Amino acid sequence: MDKGKGLARRWAVELADSTGSSTSSSAVVPDPLGFTRSVHEQDDASSSRQKKDAEALWKAQKAWEVAQAPFKNLLMMGFMMWMAGSTVHLFSIGITFSALWQPVSALQNVGKALQGLKSGDFSPKLLFIALNLVGLGLGFYKLNTLGLLPTHVSDWVSSLPPPPEVEFSGGNLPFH
Amino acid sequence: MAMFVKPIIGLIIALVFCSNVSTALYEDQVGVVDWYQQYIGKVKHAIFHAQKAGRRRVVVATEENVIASLDLRRGELFWRHVLGENDSVDQIDIALGKYVITLSSGSILRTWNLPDGQMVWESFLQVSASSMSLFYVPASIEVGTDQQIFVSAGGCLHAVSSIDGEVIWKREFTDSLEIQKLFQTPDGDITAIGFSSSSQIDIYQLSAKNGDILVHKSASFPGGFSREASFVSGDVFVTLDATRSILVLVNLNGGEIRFHQTHISDLAEGYSGTAAILPQKFTGMFALELDSLIMLMKVESGRDLEIIEKIPHPASISDSLLLANGQQAFAMVKHEETKVHLTVKLDTDLKSNILKESINLDSQRGSVQKVFLNNYVKTDKSHGFRALVVMEDHSLLLVQQGEIVWSREDGLASIIASTTSELPVEKGVSVAKVEHSIFEWIKGHLLKVKGTLMLANAEDLAAIQRMRLKSFEKTKMTRDHNGFRKLLVVLTRAGKVLALHTGDGRIVWSLLLSPLHSSDSCQHLIPVDIYQWQVPHHHAMDENPSVLVISRCGLHSDAPGVILIVDSYSGKVVSSSKLSHSVLQVMPLPLTDSTEQRLHIIIDDNKKAHLYPRTPESINIFRPELPNTYWYSVEAVKGAIKGYSFRGNCIDTDEDDYCFDTRELWSIIFPSDSEKITGATTRKHNEVVHTQAKTIGNQDVMYKYISKNMLFVATVSPRAAGNIGSATPEEAYLVVYLIDAVTGRIIHRVTHLGAQGPIHAVVSENWVVYHYFNLRAHKYEMSVVEVNDQSRQDNKSIWKLLLGKHNLTSPVSAFSQPEVTVKSQSYFFTHSVKTMAVTSTAKGITSKQLLIGTIGDQVLALDKRYLDPRRTPDPSPSEREEGIIPLTDSLPIIPQSYVTHSLQVEGLRGIATMPAKLESTSLVFAYGVDLFFTRVAPSRTYDSLTEDFSYALLLITIVVLVASIFVTWALSEKKELEEKWR
Repeated sequence: MDKGKGLARRWAVELADSTGSSTSSSAVVPDPLGFTRSVHEQDDASSSRQKKDAEALWKAQKAWEVAQAPFKNLLMMGFMMWMAGSTVHLFSIGITFSALWQPVSALQNVGKALQGLKSGDFSPKLLFIALNLVGLGLGFYKLNTLGLLPTHVSDWVSSLPPPPEVEFSGGNLPFH
Repeated sequence: MAMFVKPIIGLIIALVFCSNVSTALYEDQVGVVDWYQQYIGKVKHAIFHAQKAGRRRVVVATEENVIASLDLRRGELFWRHVLGENDSVDQIDIALGKYVITLSSGSILRTWNLPDGQMVWESFLQVSASSMSLFYVPASIEVGTDQQIFVSAGGCLHAVSSIDGEVIWKREFTDSLEIQKLFQTPDGDITAIGFSSSSQIDIYQLSAKNGDILVHKSASFPGGFSREASFVSGDVFVTLDATRSILVLVNLNGGEIRFHQTHISDLAEGYSGTAAILPQKFTGMFALELDSLIMLMKVESGRDLEIIEKIPHPASISDSLLLANGQQAFAMVKHEETKVHLTVKLDTDLKSNILKESINLDSQRGSVQKVFLNNYVKTDKSHGFRALVVMEDHSLLLVQQGEIVWSREDGLASIIASTTSELPVEKGVSVAKVEHSIFEWIKGHLLKVKGTLMLANAEDLAAIQRMRLKSFEKTKMTRDHNGFRKLLVVLTRAGKVLALHTGDGRIVWSLLLSPLHSSDSCQHLIPVDIYQWQVPHHHAMDENPSVLVISRCGLHSDAPGVILIVDSYSGKVVSSSKLSHSVLQVMPLPLTDSTEQRLHIIIDDNKKAHLYPRTPESINIFRPELPNTYWYSVEAVKGAIKGYSFRGNCIDTDEDDYCFDTRELWSIIFPSDSEKITGATTRKHNEVVHTQAKTIGNQDVMYKYISKNMLFVATVSPRAAGNIGSATPEEAYLVVYLIDAVTGRIIHRVTHLGAQGPIHAVVSENWVVYHYFNLRAHKYEMSVVEVNDQSRQDNKSIWKLLLGKHNLTSPVSAFSQPEVTVKSQSYFFTHSVKTMAVTSTAKGITSKQLLIGTIGDQVLALDKRYLDPRRTPDPSPSEREEGIIPLTDSLPIIPQSYVTHSLQVEGLRGIATMPAKLESTSLVFAYGVDLFFTRVAPSRTYDSLTEDFSYALLLITIVVLVASIFVTWALSEKKELEEKWR
């Protein structure tokens, strides 16, 4: 993205340079044959507007691209999760936690990811967030299928101690 | 994919199970955490082996029905045989210098090879009635020739071949003759002398060849006989009349029977009590036991009595010993304060002592009970004597030249109860000790590393093994972090309390009860049980823990009780008192006072309850709990179970705040013609249960019915109350009850048709496992019953649980009568069982193992998972995941899961389990004639590294890694610098 910006600027600089030099050195060096300066100057103004439009379009396109990137990730993650199976072991836990961590870190850096691609349109950002949330949801779903989420009664009851008894009765076979 | 994943999961689960099951030891791990001690019990007969060459040995028979050959030099066992529980040894003898002959349970004659203890032959004599039995081995018996051994048993005389034990002839006597003496006359005939009725003496002379009666004489004595006799010579013996106040000298000399009577009051001035004749064998003498003294008397010319010596009690006299020169020697042991005097006399010179030694004995051994004399020839050809002494605490000592050569603590063969106690907390350790232990630690670990890296030579390996077996850590006298080091406080039948260290089984302290209560005029002190009295942990840490020893001052159950509180660190008596009431039951209450003394209720035979400790504080603690405290009694003889509540203080006794009246609340009476109680068990009162819920495969919850008041009772049909085989399957049945001991409600009842006892049961958490015999299948069976609480089952909402709006932890009352569901299942089990226990852990999280004392005197650990009523032949995947094993008709016996590995705890009677501090581990103490201690981890030691984990190797690896990081870092820096300069 940075590269793209740099490129655009360099173009502009080069063009400005050539026009500047032509005005200053016009007296010394005659314009080549078939060269009409006026046309060029006209062209310059319209092209810069065109460039701006193109840039905006490109930016929007880029933003959509960035926003849609998690989708591929999502598919990939889904496949990996399916591969990992539903028992708790190192592999499945690793995948589940990376599936949880990736959306979270992406959401944390949502501003940075779409920085420079800023435009009035919020929809890419929303899509980006939505896709990441779906990813997060997938992670939680996986966590649940692994049985690591406390969503069952058993998860809450197991830690409860047995109830105390009101009565006590002692005794046994008498000694003989 | 899923189809592929599932088998893998299945495989993983299977692997997990397999690894769980194989908890066997490696050979070099034997003795690292376990110890094993062999005992024989209280010696009642001893025969010295008179062989000149070879190892000197003594053959003994004991009250635990053990026949053993002991090394006379060290007291070690050469060999040992534990006969059955009802197979008590009547007589023991050595024949030909290399065979041991024993007569046991009145009718079984066995011959053993002396050097190695192999049985040569065994002969069961057919007797109709059991009575006093004895045998006689002719002195002229020779090797290789077929000689006869004469056995009198059950009113018959048998001649048994000495070669193969065949009965050659049998002579039945018409009337119930109780033969007292058998001997062979010089002309080869057999003479049998005995009492045939309460007042008649019979003398038979029989042919040794065919048992024909040659001569029969009889005479009656009007006063009757006490049926004990001491033979002064072949034709003169002494006996007592039926009242035990007249000494009767019977002279058979000259073909007729003559009686000479002497009143005991004439011998001992003004004596009015009864007398007894000691069974010691002397020639020309006998010993008469009166209440306070033993009289040694000589018989002159067949009729005159002469008192040689009066020995005050406690004292003991040995049999006479025939010396090489024809003289007879015998030993007497007398007590004088802390010293014991051993004197040896010759029959030729009764006035003086040939030997007089005094020995300092440990006061905790009590008085001398029996003495056996043996002689040896000294280098100067004079006679030396050694004596085998049996003490009051059943220990066995060998005394020679005034010294105790060796001693055996054989009282430990008859443990009747055990408990545990913590060791002291480690206080300030000296620097030198720390330095020493660090040095030892480093040395040990270096050796271990060497072993791990396979650099160790044989010597090092031996050192490693020695270190593991005799680790200083194991035997320290302080508490350890894991709670493996404890004191096992045991009570023996001899009335001795001993504290054993769990590290190596050594005796830390011992305490004999009888001297403590001698002032209480206790004739027979019967030890009953032992309890934890004070277990200081949270507060009162500066108090020492103590144990409560309950005994009874008399033979009957209504005799007054005696309680004793013993400091378990030192074995000192804290307090001791004779109670004014009897002790029928002892109930430790779930209440402790401010010094962490546990409150106990003792129920006497009048069904009155007495609270201990007798302090106002304990009354204040107990009084609010009084309405909620109940007790029950299982009266096996009457066939009734009764429940009682406590009322107020006793009315009839004067102002005793600690005595409470009780009132019968409920009773369950079994009709005597249909059911007979054979067993009752409850949960251990100190068992800890971690959770009330059991999660099943589909994340559902089952609530356990956990009640400490659940009582298991088993009854059998009266016809099937005997041994297996005494009843047909049709008339035998077994009924099992689970009873709530507060309300008397029968929670569950199940009948097993065609089954009978013996029943062994274990109750733990919400389940019962019991073992019985199935007569139809001719196999032993084990059943499990699990009780679940249905009334809690509707706690299904997570939100309620999250917000704490549930009643799962609120106290429950037995009177609310919770609805229960019961699941049970039965399995065949190959072994018959002697005793059964279950592991117990500190928090109750670890899964349980059943510890089964098998008939082979081993302890088998069986996972509770095998006894799960939810087992099905084909468990669903979720059930498999949960760990349910497919149902099989019999329980597996995995050879590796014997916790006693190759050892046998002979005469196994009980298994005690106690939790270690480490949750995964349970300590196991199995006792019988032998003792065995180990620790088990039913789910493996998931919470600690294994014993042989090489810390040094780990440390070295870390150090090497860190060092290599630094080295490579420095190298890379250098290289980078060089690169930059280039």
